[in-house]
This record gives sequence, structure tokens and C-alpha cells, in this order.
Amino acid sequence: MPKGKRPLSPHLQVYRPQLTMILSIFHRITGVALFAGLALLVYWLLAAGAGPGPFAVAQGLLGSWLGMVVLLGFSFALFYHLCNGVRHLVWDAGWGFELPQVYASGWAVVVVSILLTGAAWAFGLTVMGGGS
Amino acid sequence: MSPGAPTGGAGGSGSAKEGAGHWWAQRLTAIALVPLTIWFVPSMAMLAGKSHGAVVAWLGAPLNAILMALLLAVTFYHVWLGLESIIEDYVHTERRHVATLIAMKIAVAVLALAALFAVARIAFGG
Repeated sequence: MPKGKRPLSPHLQVYRPQLTMILSIFHRITGVALFAGLALLVYWLLAAGAGPGPFAVAQGLLGSWLGMVVLLGFSFALFYHLCNGVRHLVWDAGWGFELPQVYASGWAVVVVSILLTGAAWAFGLTVMGGGS
Repeated sequence: MSPGAPTGGAGGSGSAKEGAGHWWAQRLTAIALVPLTIWFVPSMAMLAGKSHGAVVAWLGAPLNAILMALLLAVTFYHVWLGLESIIEDYVHTERRHVATLIAMKIAVAVLALAALFAVARIAFGG
């Protein structure tokens, strides 16, 4: 085999997918995605600063069916990155490295992220229903 | 260079002596973002569907403006560090590596300045 084409360790393609590896790459994917979410937040802030006209356009986009789906995605990405980020900080402190603990914290991150996303949307939609 | 892994050629050069600073900054911004995010999400949910006047009044209140500016500043720093790590891991060719890093830093810097401008404009009612 030519020297430059040898597969590099750790040969991810021959691994059976595991929760740990999926959560790990999902942390980076959500991190990059949240940069786009940050751009959306900046657009919203710029629109608010620009006046009622531009702000109405922004609210129209974000309040549309597609806008809500995008916001749902970003809110889940934010909660996931937050929860898994805390998981990383706990590891950085030296705790939770036993394999059962790693899986337990991994599933906890998934479940808590979903619950927090649901709670945030329930809160937001309830407040919206209450008028301006 | 002797046969073997490229790391053999790096031996004796010493470390870049800045990795620990990068690591610490990423963790400290992460820790700071935990309470800021807990403030941010309910605030945004609360503002959903509100009128322009209500949103500007809320964002213009000193505490909210300061927390929003803080959240944005820390987030942009965190994004800068995180994207730097990702580019360093996945973009290997020297030229593409440098070009991607520069493009990322320009994008983050421009967006960060726009964000702080927007918050200042609302806070000072410009």
C-alpha cells in the first residue's frame, strides 16, 4: 500500500457504532451548528436594533413553520451541548471514568437534553398564548 | 528525516507552550456559559412573539443588556477556541489549515462585532 494511503488509527470505520462515540462527535456537530444559531441570534438582535419594520420581518421568519423547526433544532443542540459540556467538565475534574458511569452519564445527557428542550418550548408557547 | 513516524522529526523541538492556556480558556468559558445559558433560554422563550417595543424595552434594561453582552462575548470566545480545535483536528494540509483558520477567525470577529454593536444600539437607544 502506498505510504500516504495507510489508514490512520483508530480505524473508526471498523468499529461497531457505540453510544460514546456518537455522543462525542455529536458534541462537535452541535457546537458547529450552534455557530449558525449564534449568527441567527445576531441577526435577530440587529433587526431589533434597526426598528419595528426589520424586526417584524425577523419575527415573521422565526415564527413561521420552518423558523420554529429550525429554532427547535437549535434549542435541542444548545441543551445537548450544555449537558454534554457539563459531562466533559466533570471528566476534567477526574470523575465518572468507569465504563458504566460513562454510559449512565451519556444516556442522562440524552434524556435531560430532550426534557429541557420540551420544558423550554412548553414555557415559551404558554407565554406566547398569554398575549404580548 | 529518519524513517518512521513524522513525530520523530518533531522530537526535541519542545512543545508550543500554549496548549494549556487554550485548554483552560475553553473550560473557563464553558463554566461561565452554564449560568449564562440558564439565564438566556428562558429569557428568549419569554420574548417569543412579543412586540418590538416589548423586546427592545427588555433588551435595553441595563441588567439584561449587560448579561446579553457578556453571554455574546463569552460565547464568541468559546466558539473561536472550539472551532480552532476542530480545524486543527480535521484540516491537515498546511495551506488549507491556515486558510480555514483565518476564514473562521474573520467570520467570528465580524459576527462578534455586529452582535455587540446590536446590543449597544438597543441599550443606548440609537
